[in-house]
Amino acid sequence: MSKLLEIEKLSISFSQYFKGLEQRELKVLSDLTMDVDDHEILAVLGSSGSGKSLLAHAILGILPSNAKVSGSIRYKGKEMDDELKEELRGNKISFIPQSVNNLNPLMKVKEQAIGYIKDEKDKEKIIKKQREIFNQYNLSEEVDEMYPFQLSGGMARKVLISTALLNDPEIIIADEPTPGLDEEAVKETINNLVELKEKGIGMILITHDINTAIETSDRIAILYLGYVIEITDTKNFSGEGEKLLHPYTRSLYRALPETYFELTEGHQPSYQNIPKGCPYHENCSRQIRECHYELPELREVNGTIIRCFNPLGEGD
Amino acid sequence: MDVLKVENVNFNYGSHKILTNLNFSMENNQVIGLFGDSGSGKSTFCKVLTGFIKEYEGTVTINGEVPQGGFNPIQLIYQHPEKVMNPRWKMRDVLEESWMPDDNLLDEFGIKREWFNRYPSELSGGELQRFSILRALNPNTKFIIADEISTMLDAVTQAQIWDSLLKLARKNNVGVLVVSHDKKLLNRICDSIVYLSDITE
Repeated sequence: MSKLLEIEKLSISFSQYFKGLEQRELKVLSDLTMDVDDHEILAVLGSSGSGKSLLAHAILGILPSNAKVSGSIRYKGKEMDDELKEELRGNKISFIPQSVNNLNPLMKVKEQAIGYIKDEKDKEKIIKKQREIFNQYNLSEEVDEMYPFQLSGGMARKVLISTALLNDPEIIIADEPTPGLDEEAVKETINNLVELKEKGIGMILITHDINTAIETSDRIAILYLGYVIEITDTKNFSGEGEKLLHPYTRSLYRALPETYFELTEGHQPSYQNIPKGCPYHENCSRQIRECHYELPELREVNGTIIRCFNPLGEGD
Repeated sequence: MDVLKVENVNFNYGSHKILTNLNFSMENNQVIGLFGDSGSGKSTFCKVLTGFIKEYEGTVTINGEVPQGGFNPIQLIYQHPEKVMNPRWKMRDVLEESWMPDDNLLDEFGIKREWFNRYPSELSGGELQRFSILRALNPNTKFIIADEISTMLDAVTQAQIWDSLLKLARKNNVGVLVVSHDKKLLNRICDSIVYLSDITE
């Protein structure tokens, strides 16, 4: 049985002009391997500005043309080329974008939710469905006729979610669905996402908010400088973090204000200065010789996928 | 003892009222958290405090005096460090625009000297935020207004940044107003927490 969506060794880089005609190569995602199944939420956790959104764009096939991409993305075992990506996006694969800025400011909410449909009968059908879904999210008929600037943050979020549901997607890619919302709205969004999963949808939830990731997902993939360093069961983010195997992941968990607010030495460098070898070795308390020269491959240790030569054990 | 006092401040965007009859005061040995829903006017309040918004009613004073021209003893640190630095200046110039801390302090903030010759676009968000904090902690600063300064950072960097900032602020008797939507963070680092809805009408 193949998984719903499989990503293998995906790398994305850009060459950008720096000073005058000097160019530099910027690697934003490196050697990314992960998969998601139906009835599952996989959270992809990385700090902001880390190019997480590009992962969504790569799956949907909407990366800018100067992006260099390698690796493979498969939908139900089938390699996704540009044609298949175009066919699937908006249908089997839906996107919940980051903010209301992704809506057209000059179009009424209803118009952009349903999109352009030529056939009148089809249009009627989809309008009926749009109304049903909007009702589920407590969006009244008045909302249909509003422009995006008239929506509050919470309403805009609901509009984006219901729009994503119009074509009965199997996979949803949600990009930072919670920031900028107050506590109440965050809770509601989280409930909405979990409901979708329970209906069978497979979801990739891209976020920098570890709390949202913990409250919604089944598994969490942790990014560090564009590398996946650990993919672990969400329930391992508990207790003292003793089941988290990568040194960075454990520090991250233990640095949360609600756990220990623990201080770790050394800081994350910028993407222009990704160290050779393991990207984390400069800050790592468990570095060994190999870490300086060689990039660890992703491997499985006790059900966790990890990129580390010298992972922590439960007793550490 | 320095006292920052905000009295009867009103501010509107056109007919839309943002802050109504706001009263607040704090001292320079305090770390106070400010909590409020999104869109409730927290950031507007920060801008009023630090003089980035000038057209408001009411007064903001330190020890009874309105800060006059020159270096503002109430300094704002902002959520996005990359937006408050000249992209064409090297980091040394960005920092020196305010002051040059001694070596000890640079080390305490984990600032590597090689970064001085880099441009803002060549540093990570966490590295840049260290510069904006140190830049704001000029010896003439009496109060720091920190508007969601660690929201965009990962938890490890967040813990480091607050450790450095609060150590130095306590040592130099600089008062800190911590604005955040993360109540768990405020509980962790603040002496007390104020709700924006409680200090406005």
